Amino acid sequence: MINLDLYAPLMLPKEELFTSGHRACQGCAEALAVRIVCKALGRNSIVAMATGCMEIVSSPLPTTAWQIPWIHVAFENAAAVASGVESGLKALMRKGRLPHKKITIAGMAGDGGTADIGLQALSGAMERGHDMIFVCYDNEAYMNTGIQRSSATPFGASTTTSPAGKVKAGQETWKKNMPEIMAAHGIPYVATACSAYPIDLYEKVKRAALVKGPAYVHCLSVCPTGWRIPSGDAIRYGRLAVETAAFPLYEVIDGKYQLTFDSPKLKPITDYFKGQGRFRHLTPEAVARIQERITRDYEKLRAKCENVNK
Amino acid sequence: MTKPADQFKWQELTVGFVIPEPGTAREYHTGDWRSTHPVWDEKKCIKCGRCWVFCPDMAVFQKADQYFTMNPDYCKGCSICSRECPTEAITMLEGK
Repeated sequence: MINLDLYAPLMLPKEELFTSGHRACQGCAEALAVRIVCKALGRNSIVAMATGCMEIVSSPLPTTAWQIPWIHVAFENAAAVASGVESGLKALMRKGRLPHKKITIAGMAGDGGTADIGLQALSGAMERGHDMIFVCYDNEAYMNTGIQRSSATPFGASTTTSPAGKVKAGQETWKKNMPEIMAAHGIPYVATACSAYPIDLYEKVKRAALVKGPAYVHCLSVCPTGWRIPSGDAIRYGRLAVETAAFPLYEVIDGKYQLTFDSPKLKPITDYFKGQGRFRHLTPEAVARIQERITRDYEKLRAKCENVNK
Repeated sequence: MTKPADQFKWQELTVGFVIPEPGTAREYHTGDWRSTHPVWDEKKCIKCGRCWVFCPDMAVFQKADQYFTMNPDYCKGCSICSRECPTEAITMLEGK
């Protein structure tokens, strides 16, 4: 019996809308996420991207790695620009200056541009109900400027502005639950994805593009440089984050929760922490505390999914 | 190749720094960064495409005979393909 899942990658489109020659670090899973997302968006799309790693690596001035129209905007207003582009196109089509056709508008930002700096613009765009997608590439810190903490940095992670030392053990606050905040806006589609599951990521972005109204995809993208792991392990750690429920994969379709990856027996969080330089200082007590919180959050999420199925 | 940014005169720049041509990053060869390179063992390869789908640099491509190989112009040598290969058909060797 052939395992057909193994051959699933070959079903993805071959066309690359995010080209080679971008300057991302070796083994950057965020560049991989952008690549898969672009495949899903297709050629008829416009991207507005906030400052961040992907903006820096994809467009050093004389060159660009994008094959689709792409606008670089300031840190805080990727969602505002994307919603403006959507409204502008709608007006032009209404006045007959452009032929009526489906153009996908995507806003993209890192975790800083989404959870910290861009939050109010994003919240506004989602509330106004523009027909757009917002994709957050979450690498859990401001990696582009040299690994500073953001509100998406998990508890205990050592970054340059939350360093681990004799007194403090890294980041002291918990990761902001961005997908929940977006789901609370009551938008038609919210999903979490990870570039270690490319088919799942592709399907989710495709679904988000087809949904009428705002959609939000939160994509965990492992950063080998900032997480202090070997470049070849980026995919493995993405998978471990999902299997240990440090980053559960789920969708919220019209308020209905649905787990897209569920395992009856989760791996212990130590499997995920082991080998990551940013967690190397953690004491067994701290790990136990994190494990307790992750299990509790996951049970909460599971309960939401079960309530829907009843 | 287009000139580096510091060799541009201001008169040559487009209004709003628009880059009119798409995908010009291809002219910059990131393969220079590589210190290890992947080698495919075609006896073990089952042509599943996992190396292709997981390459963050779009440097793996399918040849005419359906086997995969890397493009030396862009491969940064991150070794994701060799770690993710289900049949361990890819090994990383030292040097370019």
